[in-house]
Amino acid sequence: MTKFLLVMCTVFAATFPLRADQSAVRVEPTNVQGPRPLVKQTETAVIRDYLQAWQSVSAALEQNRADLLDRDFVGAAKDKLTDTIQEQARLGLSTRYQDRSHDLQIVYYSPEGLSIQLIDNVEYDVEILDHDKIQTTQRVRARYIVVLTPAEVRWRVRIFQGQPE
Amino acid sequence: MKCSSRSLLGGLVFATMHLALASAQSGGMSLPKTVEAGSAFSIQTTGSGKAVLYIVGLGQVLRRDVQLGETTSFAAGDLHNAGHYLAVLANGSSTENGAFDVVPAKNPANLSFLAKPSRLSVSLHDGISGAVCVFDAYQNLITAPTPVSFELSGVSTAAQSRTVSTRNGCVWTEMDSAAKEGAAQFVARVGNISTTRVIQQVPGDPCGLRMSARPSGQKIELETEPVRDCGGNAVPDGTIVTFTELYDGSQTTVDVPLKRGVARAEMPAYSGAKISVATGVVMGNEIRWGKQ
Repeated sequence: MTKFLLVMCTVFAATFPLRADQSAVRVEPTNVQGPRPLVKQTETAVIRDYLQAWQSVSAALEQNRADLLDRDFVGAAKDKLTDTIQEQARLGLSTRYQDRSHDLQIVYYSPEGLSIQLIDNVEYDVEILDHDKIQTTQRVRARYIVVLTPAEVRWRVRIFQGQPE
Repeated sequence: MKCSSRSLLGGLVFATMHLALASAQSGGMSLPKTVEAGSAFSIQTTGSGKAVLYIVGLGQVLRRDVQLGETTSFAAGDLHNAGHYLAVLANGSSTENGAFDVVPAKNPANLSFLAKPSRLSVSLHDGISGAVCVFDAYQNLITAPTPVSFELSGVSTAAQSRTVSTRNGCVWTEMDSAAKEGAAQFVARVGNISTTRVIQQVPGDPCGLRMSARPSGQKIELETEPVRDCGGNAVPDGTIVTFTELYDGSQTTVDVPLKRGVARAEMPAYSGAKISVATGVVMGNEIRWGKQ
């Protein structure tokens, strides 16, 4: 019971400093695969940067501006999102993503420290606009696998992939 | 019901849809639950008239004009990025919604393989790490457990190999560096897909550093034996060797690089001087010159 309470306190202590203003963020105790220990500062930075990446992708897809991805995305994730934005622009579409809640768990930290993987059970709203006309708004619950790599001053998302829950 | 106002329509749609989680089936269309990335699939619609079908996800968006009541086909390659997708069938003021997942293709096509470090000393336990993520032909991370074989082999040493299964698409391993210097091939393999990295294994710290001395006029000629590490690998030329002479309270030091595996220096020949040799943190033997 004491152990359970300790875990829950850890979870909620990690929740509020991150994104009290917007989506609810729950951080599960880490279950890291790999020989490298994950220090608290790294975990905090990774989660902070990942949540900021959601804001970037939301703005980029709403405004159809791929340059808004530059700060937070790299590699395949950036390429795919850029393609999505270009396709949206070509079709006259835009999408508004608003993340509502994240349930995060870091599951892998590579031995050399150059990639970190987390799983996000996320809930978000999507509004689809065709030539500025709202077609629908949907609330979606999905599971994302995310791989981040360190850049100069922040962690960037390299793999950003939804998968069946 | 027709609504001409965008905001009213938006509000109505929002109110009716906001709390409803997307489902895999909807009344106006029949969706697959999952689609393998890059494969052909189709969506059956019901009703009559024209509509627009949107397939929307973070990985891709598609828009098709469709005839209700007919099957809309998507060719192989049309939808190739794995992820969660919404399907929206818009017919004037009404919309039908659904969702499905695009899952990675089963066959691996690419490996990202990060091997570290690219250069290290010989005989280090778990000194080499390899991390692999497995992707399909569309750069989707294959999350189903997939066995990855690692093999580290050098010219003169037996290969080390192990097979580890991925978790959430990635896997790692650690290997020992060989006892003999030289380039090693570090290979990661999944099925017939393989990626190779070269790891340069270099000699470790010198071991058993020894020098000899002989007179040369007013000087002493000092020369080390060929400097090797504990595995017998020659320490590279350029490694600095320090000769130190202590005599009558004063100290003389000469730093020289290894050339052809040995270091040579000349120092003043003081009878009773104590001469020592070192490289890095490794001390060699000591010689007392002349009278005892």
